[in-house]
Amino acid sequence: MNFETILFYFFAASVVFSALRVITARNPLHSVLFLVLAFVSSSGIWLLLEAEFLAIALVLVYVGAVMVLFLFVVMMLDINIEKLRKDFLQWLPAGALLATLIVVQMVWVLGDKAASAGMTAVKHAADYSNTKELGRLIYTDYVYPFELAAVLLLVAMVAAIALTFRRRRDSKRQDVSWQVNVKRNDRVRIISMPATKKNEVNGAAEAHTAD
Amino acid sequence: MIELLQTVHQMGEVLLGAAWLPVWIVAKILAIILPIMGGVAYYTLAERKVLGFMQVRPGPNRVGYWGLLQPVADGIKLLTKEFIIPSGANKFLFLAAPVMALAPALAAWAVIPFFEGGTLANVNAGLLYLLAMTSLGVYGIIIAGWASNSKYAFLGALRSAAQIVSYELAMGFALVCVLLAAQSMNMGEIVQGQQSNYGLFGWYWVPLFPMFIVYFLAGVAETNRAPFDLAEDESAIVAGFHTEYSGMGFALFFLAEYANMILIAALTTVFFLGGYLNPFHGWGALGEFTDQVPGLIWMLGKMSIFLFLFLWLRATFPRYRYDQLMRLGWKVFIPLTLIWVVVVAAWMQTSLWVW
Repeated sequence: MNFETILFYFFAASVVFSALRVITARNPLHSVLFLVLAFVSSSGIWLLLEAEFLAIALVLVYVGAVMVLFLFVVMMLDINIEKLRKDFLQWLPAGALLATLIVVQMVWVLGDKAASAGMTAVKHAADYSNTKELGRLIYTDYVYPFELAAVLLLVAMVAAIALTFRRRRDSKRQDVSWQVNVKRNDRVRIISMPATKKNEVNGAAEAHTAD
Repeated sequence: MIELLQTVHQMGEVLLGAAWLPVWIVAKILAIILPIMGGVAYYTLAERKVLGFMQVRPGPNRVGYWGLLQPVADGIKLLTKEFIIPSGANKFLFLAAPVMALAPALAAWAVIPFFEGGTLANVNAGLLYLLAMTSLGVYGIIIAGWASNSKYAFLGALRSAAQIVSYELAMGFALVCVLLAAQSMNMGEIVQGQQSNYGLFGWYWVPLFPMFIVYFLAGVAETNRAPFDLAEDESAIVAGFHTEYSGMGFALFFLAEYANMILIAALTTVFFLGGYLNPFHGWGALGEFTDQVPGLIWMLGKMSIFLFLFLWLRATFPRYRYDQLMRLGWKVFIPLTLIWVVVVAAWMQTSLWVW
């Protein structure tokens, strides 16, 4: 057993363990953090497969951005854990059925491919760049599906904003660009005042020196 | 410098055989981490001195000559202070959060080229790795805010999370321009791509000038520094996410913040100011003379410009309001970077692109 195999089993065990904890952890925030651990561990497995672009993109996009927003939302929820647990047994059969269905479908689709590809990953030369290879494939062979997917995501984003965006007419909005563009002369009026003679403000001057 | 390292490496291989490689890597890591820690310690002193001078006061001058032992005294104070865990806090996460803040700040240094060939890991996707590592630092802050069981810490964490995610986009797009110009994501190749006979005018700050500004300002926002330090807005939310931390827990957040600042300075240097390159290269006799200066000196010199800029910004500008901060990120920086990506991509197709 070489070092890479040890690493693989370590990462694989970590993925399985953290994925299990995602659904068994009592505190939803812990579930989210275990999901983060699952992502990081699977990016470790991708690194072992010499797919460094995918590994880093997984950490960058999912761990660095998506899960932060997830955490953001979960932290703000006031969740009653006992109430969530109460109906666990009632929904267990339905959940189990769904899970079995997904497993069957995955085996159906991936089973043959996994068996025919064999268990060892293809080794590449030291100057092989996974990033370059992926970029070449995406922007030449698969450019139309890729662009289509990108447009689909854009449409989904615009739709999500259009559905949820509501401009409130009664809110007192502040125009920040107007605020930051303000000049001194808009706020302060400089007036010239004649200097007063000393004996005229004698009382005030004495009070000033007293404190 | 690289020859010296190679000689040491070969000697070690002869002496220790297979056991040498881990020893060598650990030695290189220590050679990067220890100077950073020392740099952080003295950067805090520099900050207090610079702020002092800008406000016409002497700054710390009691401990040691000219206050030079102040960081040591601060370190001893923080080490010996009691570490208090608030009641109702999530103990494990409360303890893990400072570590999660510091670890990515140090891990990111693995791909920085300090001089020609002088990098710990010569990764092809180095730029992506850096983006990934800098985006992980936010976890320490969010988890610290949540685990503290304090509303001020929580508000600070929420502010910080939204801020970092927003400015990361602008930062990412600015770096897309850099990798377009360099046609590589390898940090060493990005520096080498800026090598020319025009010295400092061959660096990417010239064609990517708006991105240079955006990147550095987004870096200031990412590190939660003034004027974008809304996450620890002491006039509104006590000390933000580290309100409940004392002693070493607080010290680790402090270390992480300053290590991140030094990192941003190093990254801006590498991406826009030619890293370890000589600014006068190819300028006749001056260029030949200054070529003798080691690359590490140039690198550190350029970094110190940005480190000073961090302090200067802090001394000069009042804190942003949160909605102004969000507007700057989403409505100014992101559109500007998006436009510049297109401009650079088009520019590179013409013969006017000389970088």
